[in-house]
Amino acid sequence: MAPIENKVLVLFAHPAQRRSEVNVHMARVAEWVPGVTVVDLYAEYPNLDIDVETEQARLRDHDVLVFLHPLYWYSTPAILKEWQDLVLEYGFAYGSGGTALHGKTFFSALTAGGPEAAYRAEGYNHFPLRQLLAPLEQTASLCGMTWLPPFVLHSARRAKEEGRIEAHLDAWEHLLEAVVHGRLDLATLREAETLNGVLDVAVQGG
Amino acid sequence: MESFLLQAFVYLVAAVVAVPVANRLGLGSVLGYLIAGVVIGPLLGVVGAETQDLQAYAEFGVVMMLFLIGLELEPKALWNMRVRLLGLGGMQVAVTTGLITAAAMAFGLYWSVALAVGLVFSLSSTAIVLQTLGEKGLIRTDGGQASFSVLLAQDIAVIPMLALIPLLAAPELMGANWGGGISDIRFTAGGGGSILEGQPGWIVTLVVLGSVAVIVLGGHYLTRPMFRFLALAKLPEIFTAGALLMVIGIALLMTLVGLSPALGTFLAGVVLANSEYRHELEADIEPFKGLLLGLFFITVGAGINFAILFENVFFILGLTIGMMLVKGLVLFGLAKAFKIRGAAGWLFTLGLAQAGEFGFVLLSFTTQNDVIPVGLGQTLQLVVTLSMLLTPALFIFHERVLANKVDTDKAEDDEIDQAGPVIIAGLGRFGQVVNRMLLSNGHKTVVLDYRNDLISGLRNFGVTAYFGDPSRPDMLLAAGIREAKVIIVAIDDQEKAVEIVEYVAREHPHVHIVARANDRQHVYKLYSAGARDIVRELFDSSIRAGRYALLALGHHPFDAERASRRYVKQDRHNLALLARLWDPDLTPLENEPYAAKAREINQEINEAMMKAQSPDNAGAERAWTPPPKGGKVSDDEDRQGTAAE
Ligand SMILES: Cc1cc2nc3c(=O)[nH]c(=O)nc-3n(C[C@H](O)[C@H](O)[C@H](O)COP(=O)(O)O)c2cc1C
Repeated sequence: MAPIENKVLVLFAHPAQRRSEVNVHMARVAEWVPGVTVVDLYAEYPNLDIDVETEQARLRDHDVLVFLHPLYWYSTPAILKEWQDLVLEYGFAYGSGGTALHGKTFFSALTAGGPEAAYRAEGYNHFPLRQLLAPLEQTASLCGMTWLPPFVLHSARRAKEEGRIEAHLDAWEHLLEAVVHGRLDLATLREAETLNGVLDVAVQGG
Repeated sequence: MESFLLQAFVYLVAAVVAVPVANRLGLGSVLGYLIAGVVIGPLLGVVGAETQDLQAYAEFGVVMMLFLIGLELEPKALWNMRVRLLGLGGMQVAVTTGLITAAAMAFGLYWSVALAVGLVFSLSSTAIVLQTLGEKGLIRTDGGQASFSVLLAQDIAVIPMLALIPLLAAPELMGANWGGGISDIRFTAGGGGSILEGQPGWIVTLVVLGSVAVIVLGGHYLTRPMFRFLALAKLPEIFTAGALLMVIGIALLMTLVGLSPALGTFLAGVVLANSEYRHELEADIEPFKGLLLGLFFITVGAGINFAILFENVFFILGLTIGMMLVKGLVLFGLAKAFKIRGAAGWLFTLGLAQAGEFGFVLLSFTTQNDVIPVGLGQTLQLVVTLSMLLTPALFIFHERVLANKVDTDKAEDDEIDQAGPVIIAGLGRFGQVVNRMLLSNGHKTVVLDYRNDLISGLRNFGVTAYFGDPSRPDMLLAAGIREAKVIIVAIDDQEKAVEIVEYVAREHPHVHIVARANDRQHVYKLYSAGARDIVRELFDSSIRAGRYALLALGHHPFDAERASRRYVKQDRHNLALLARLWDPDLTPLENEPYAAKAREINQEINEAMMKAQSPDNAGAERAWTPPPKGGKVSDDEDRQGTAAE
């Protein structure tokens, strides 16, 4: 077995998991990948009462940070925002002495109800996903992290009926393994729209 | 017996009629008592010479008042006051004495007589001023605090004055042994002589210091076992008897060694200020103090000798006004020097400009010691009385005219507001948690419980709590309900809890009530008594147990959390609906609207249960519901969907 190069922290946020058709399965899959830690934020903090010390220790302990969540109003579910507001403190994540995250990597793994075509200037969502995620990109940048484009499942509400979920979960598992074992060429990935398409190209010797 | 009853009847009638009327007219209770005295004494002549004897007993009210003041003053607070006590108070006594002595000498009095007059007039009336400040809620304001320091300094200064006065007697009248001076000190006119009569000075000093030590150490170490023992009797009047016994015992001890009983009880009060019995003692002594002080003021009014007054009306009036002017000027100057500004400074200046009851004491003492001739003594007595009579008028002047003009008092009001503590009635497991939570968030609490063993036990762990039955209104008053913002009614006794809620909601509507309830019936009773924040003692813990069960059954923690919140919300809503319909005079079955609502709620609960048990329950909750499958999210969707494909 290949050695673990990067420890991956997946912060999973889904407030209505009984209804989830994709995200819960992605979380289950991630739990089985060696080198990946999955934290179900809504389970750990049902009161949204986030423990800053614990979360900062987790960040220090990992090399790659992943937000796993459904896209809610072009953004993350509320608890991930709360997590950012509380955990990314001055002196820890940014500002003087705030170097704890320097050199780490960040990306989102998300599912969106809308089709890919909707996330274009001429589509009904008008903005490309990457542009909608600009706040996260800039957050990563201020914290000194390498930002990667998101890993996306579009038309997530039809994926089950159309039998697309298995393939997506496989791709997700491969992506995580590639990240853990350092088989991704980050430089190539940074310019891509999403992580989905470029995966086969970027995985070295995969 | 009959004459005693008659006397008591006359005094009580006078008080009961005059005081409420005076209060109604905004004159304050002190003036009411004084007028009552004038009416039954000089005016109607129903009481006569015996008022002088009565006054001796009534002065004990001052002793009790100082005990109560001491109780409110922790030693630390006293220490913090030292600058004002010595500076403000000391200066007031010294400068006033000096000026009045000079004036008296200008009138042609011999210097020793003049000095005695200066001393008599330098003192103000603790009884009137503190009573009035208390009634008007001004004690904690800046002006009130300054006045209080000066009064306290004066009370302390009485002791060396009493020692000094015999030395002022014409030389041929002086005894060979000056220590006899102290030994003659009496505070109450009817009191006995000191046991130290004729002893050498160093013995006197030793005994005096010894008695102070007895008070401090006794107050610290003996009162607790004593009150614990008394509490065993579980009879409130025994506790009252114990409290009286302690105050009278201290006064007796002080009189025996020739010290001021007022000072002794004040000291005892300070020592007990941290004790768990503080509020109980306050509640027990307060009514005695009030009645005795009232009696004292009546005797002052009744004792006015109008014959002498009318002979020299202008002279005596002139003296009174002159004396008050001098005192007022000194106070005004001090207020400026000590930066007591605005309305506070005026309160200080006008409030303390009179002579006081200690002046009477000094006067009778000086005439006994032949320092001041009897005739002059009577005139001076009239001056003191008149100045006391004028004081309520000055307070009214301050209130109506000055306090409104100078608007700095507003801020002071807020300060009292801020300091307003939380009262926790009942220190069982419920009250303890509330108490710790409030304390850890920086709030001051006053905790009351009538279980003595519990309080002593918790005191060992550093919990500050006071002994006393919180369902007694006087107990709550002593605990500061007037200034409180919140009361937590946390006692076990359901009936008493309802009583407390009723009382507080009725008499102190500004206090927010949080009440602990036992069951639903109790909730309804508390609600109709006026409580709005009602906590069922087992409700929240049962909810948590339910949540744990949901978790164990495999619910996601966030779902379990939301399910319990939803349950709490629904249940409290239903309970509030029923509480509004509940009628204390009807059983739930007789109460038709109540019964109908209860049936309706039951029906709803059943329906919700059926729904929750159906298989497609996952979609039941209305939160984070995605759009339906195949449903449109945008009108543009169809048009663009194909275009983008
Ligand atoms: C509150 C809410 C907001 C949503 N906002 C968006 C959105 O802005 N854009 C989008 O494409 N889908 C949106 N959706 C659809 C979700 O992204 C979709 O239901 C989810 O990705 C499906 O994943 P799951 O089955 O794991 O829940 C929203 C859904 C909800 C419940």
